[in-house]
Amino acid sequence: MNFRVVFFVLTLAAGAPAQAADVDYTSSQITFVSKQMNVPVQGSFKKFTASIDFDPKKLAAAKALIDVELGSIDTGSPEADAEVSKKGWFNTSAFPTAKFASSAVSQTGPDNYEVRGKLSIKGIGQDIAAPFTVKRAGDVITYAGRFNLKRLQFKIGEGVWSDTDTVADDVQVNFRIVTKGNK
Amino acid sequence: MQITSPGYTRVAILLHWLIAAAIFSTFLLGQYMTQLQLSPVKLKLYSYHKWIGVTIFLLVLFRLVWRLSHRPPAPPAAMPAWQHTAATTAHFLLYVLTLAIPISGWLMSSASGFQVVYLGHFPIPDLVAKNKQLAEQLKEVHETLNWVMLGVVILHVAAALKHHMVDRDEVLQRMLPFLKKRSTLR
Repeated sequence: MNFRVVFFVLTLAAGAPAQAADVDYTSSQITFVSKQMNVPVQGSFKKFTASIDFDPKKLAAAKALIDVELGSIDTGSPEADAEVSKKGWFNTSAFPTAKFASSAVSQTGPDNYEVRGKLSIKGIGQDIAAPFTVKRAGDVITYAGRFNLKRLQFKIGEGVWSDTDTVADDVQVNFRIVTKGNK
Repeated sequence: MQITSPGYTRVAILLHWLIAAAIFSTFLLGQYMTQLQLSPVKLKLYSYHKWIGVTIFLLVLFRLVWRLSHRPPAPPAAMPAWQHTAATTAHFLLYVLTLAIPISGWLMSSASGFQVVYLGHFPIPDLVAKNKQLAEQLKEVHETLNWVMLGVVILHVAAALKHHMVDRDEVLQRMLPFLKKRSTLR
């Protein structure tokens, strides 16, 4: 399959990029669940880049950036993969990347945090908040969380596809970012 | 004078035609929807096809339970033994197929990564995990079973018409009560 290289950006927390830990992409994943005719259908983005700078003692400086290649989408069927690259969906030739840039991270529990920031898809920016957990195992840190987005706010699926009875407006995005070796 | 054995109950007759209509419509729907380009309409039709399939499965189960307590009428006395055997075999096959086809469709849907949510509200568990190769195989099974059923249905309809027009017995009338009135007027 010839995927155009497209990036979708999700950002987590704020900090100096130089301090960001190395991301283990084989263990990291960005998946999503959309509902088609009320049937939950899971998909994922296979290519993304992330930059995480997170120190629980310096939350004010925490920063995360995740760039997801929209063309690397795996919706579960090749037919749908081709469809969502079209103009009415992601329009990946014009908007190859989606971005999230964190603005603030706050602690909500012992290992629970919330990140706020701007998610930009298809040239449209929306403020989102995503709860996430932080798990440490030696120098491996796993950040896992989720948030819901409303696809129509980003004009994902326009025209006939804007019918939310067929494809729900709500899309749940799940992320798991694993970093190795605290710098 | 009583023309035949007790005959089919109204429930059995209703179930027969309801299931026949559902099979006919969803068979054609299946032929049509698979030709479509991806669109909201296509997603809807696939769902309707699956819902009708689940409905057929449930109706057939109910029909089998009903049949256990309401035995079908005996075949005409004049009917040769081989025809009786053929009819019994065909009916048995139809019952098996009307259960096996929805099951194959359900498994195929699960293997393709799409859970069946009956009427959009009742999720039916996935018995198999998503597996592209298995999905392809189940698609073949689903299609093949449908062609086999088409053959049996053609035989079933041809036999019913033969009974009515050639043998001039009451076999078709038993399942089509309005024909009975017509024939008694004859």
